[in-house]
Formats: sequence, structure tokens, C-alpha cells
Amino acid sequence: MSRHEVFHFALKKTIPIMTGFIFLGIAYGLYMHQQGFNVIYPTVMAMTIFGGSVEFIIANLLREPFNPWPVFWLTLIVNSRHLFYGISMLEKYRNAGRQKKVLIFGLCDETFSINYAIKLPSNVNAITFYFDVTLLNYFYWVLGAFLGGLLGQIVVVKLEGLSFVLTALFLVLFVDQLQREQSHFSSISGIITALTALLIFGHNLFLPISMLLVVFIFSIREHFWSK
Amino acid sequence: MTILEQIITIGIAAVVTMLTRFLPFWLYPNDQKTPKYIHLLGNFLPPAILGILVIYCYSDTLTSVNLATYLSVIAGIITVFLQLWRKNMLLSIFGGTFCYIILLALF
Repeated sequence: MSRHEVFHFALKKTIPIMTGFIFLGIAYGLYMHQQGFNVIYPTVMAMTIFGGSVEFIIANLLREPFNPWPVFWLTLIVNSRHLFYGISMLEKYRNAGRQKKVLIFGLCDETFSINYAIKLPSNVNAITFYFDVTLLNYFYWVLGAFLGGLLGQIVVVKLEGLSFVLTALFLVLFVDQLQREQSHFSSISGIITALTALLIFGHNLFLPISMLLVVFIFSIREHFWSK
Repeated sequence: MTILEQIITIGIAAVVTMLTRFLPFWLYPNDQKTPKYIHLLGNFLPPAILGILVIYCYSDTLTSVNLATYLSVIAGIITVFLQLWRKNMLLSIFGGTFCYIILLALF
């Protein structure tokens, strides 16, 4: 596949993310506008932080008296899941060369999911595809945040429910995973730990806790298997 | 907050986020052999992460159950059904989202 065709392939695979990110990005930009920040803020935050949930949290903190510690801890807790994406992508990104820094910089939930789950035809250069997916997703999010901040109150986007595309994306990738794998142990442990952690620790803390629980389950299994 | 304090706040969030993304690759760079445990963990994690991300998408609505919760669960079931039936990702994703938007408008 030529360079151009790989880009088109990546574009097609990221259409749901384009829809979700531009819509959510606009919602984020509008939110920033309502908080009294001009278009530069959501755009710069989308470009530098590139993590939706933290950007909303920081938007709130920016209106309070300056205090770096909550910024540090909240960001660390909410984004610690990236550590597990990195561990999972060590192999796939191993030979990425000069593009590796970009791949890691843009490793968000959606980019991880697509690049992990994709079954590439043999004539596609994997790194090129990963790179295009990463940049496209980055572009969608920044564009959305910029448009939302720019539009401000001029246009009120009223398409409730469109953000469901991202839920549907993860659902479909998960179903596909279930159908491909021989053992469902990992998938099922993910669902069960996440539900349990959500019920016990609530929606702010359950992400890192369920990831740690999965690592714990894995370690126990390895320990007893290797004996 | 002054402009400088705002820049520092955004800067901390950006640097910490990048730290969480780059750390595994710094700890286990190319030339160095990755420990077997980390290698196995990297193979084990992704299916579990996809499951966790599915719950993550529902976490807001599951912690405060209302009409939208039921509608999003129904739309989720339709999405899964479409995927099992036609095995066409774009069709399943947009079909499910379309159903969710229609359901929200109806109820």
C-alpha cells in the first residue's frame, strides 16, 4: 500500500473518533468559553495536555486560587492509566524510530485502542499506520477544542447523544476482542474489576484502581502458573 | 490567578500527562531487554483495558442512574448486536449512536 493509501486506511478507521472528538472538543471549547476563557486556552490545553478528562478538571482549577499540588495529583491519578497503555505498546512501537516520540505523545485511550486492536493487511507498514492514526486523532481533538472556543455562544451545538460514538467504539472493539481471543480471562477480569472498583471507589478513583487490580490478578496467576 | 500561574498550572498538567505516557518507554527502551514479567504483562493487559474502558464510558451514568442510563444501555446492546450480526465496525458504531440519539429524542 502506498503512503497515500495507508493514510486513507487510517482516516477510515478513525471516522468514529473524528465524530466523537470533534463533538466533544467543541463541547470542551464551549465549556471553557462559558468559564470565561478565550479560544487560546482550550486550543493550547488540547495541544499540550491532550487528555480530555484532565482538561475539564484543569478548566475548573484555573478559576481557583493558584495551587500546584491538586493539579499534580489529579492529573497523575486520572492519567496513570497511560502507564498501562505504554507497557502494552512497548513491542508494537519498538521499531518506530523517529516517529516513536509522536506515537507516545499522542497515546490516548482511543489511539491505544485502535492501534492495539487493528488487524493490518500484510502490505501495510504498521508504524506508518499507527503514526497516521495518532496524528489524526490529535488533530480532531485540537480542532474540536479550537472550534468550540471560537464559536463561543454564537452557535449552540445541540446534538445530544453524539458522544455515544466513543462508547460504541470501545464496545465494538471489546466484542471483536472477545470473538478473536482463545481465553477470555483478561477481558472478563477487566470488566469485573472495573465494575467492582466503580461501585466501591466511585467514578473518580476506579480507573487506576481497576488497572492495578488487573495487574494484581495477572501477577497471582503468573505466580501459580510458573510453579 | 495571574497569567504566569495559569501557564504553570497548564504546564504541570501537560508535563505530568506526558510523564505517564513516556515512563514505560523510558524504563524499557529499545536496546535494553524488557523483563519477562513486563513483556507478559503487556500481552495480558489490553483485553482487560478494553473492558475497563467500556465501563469507563458508562461510569458517569452508572453512578447516577436515570432514564439516560437505560437508554445508553439499550443503545449499547444494539451496538453489540449489530457487531455480532454484520461484523462491520462503522455500521455498528454509527447504528448504535443513531439509535441512542433517536431514543434520547423520543423519551
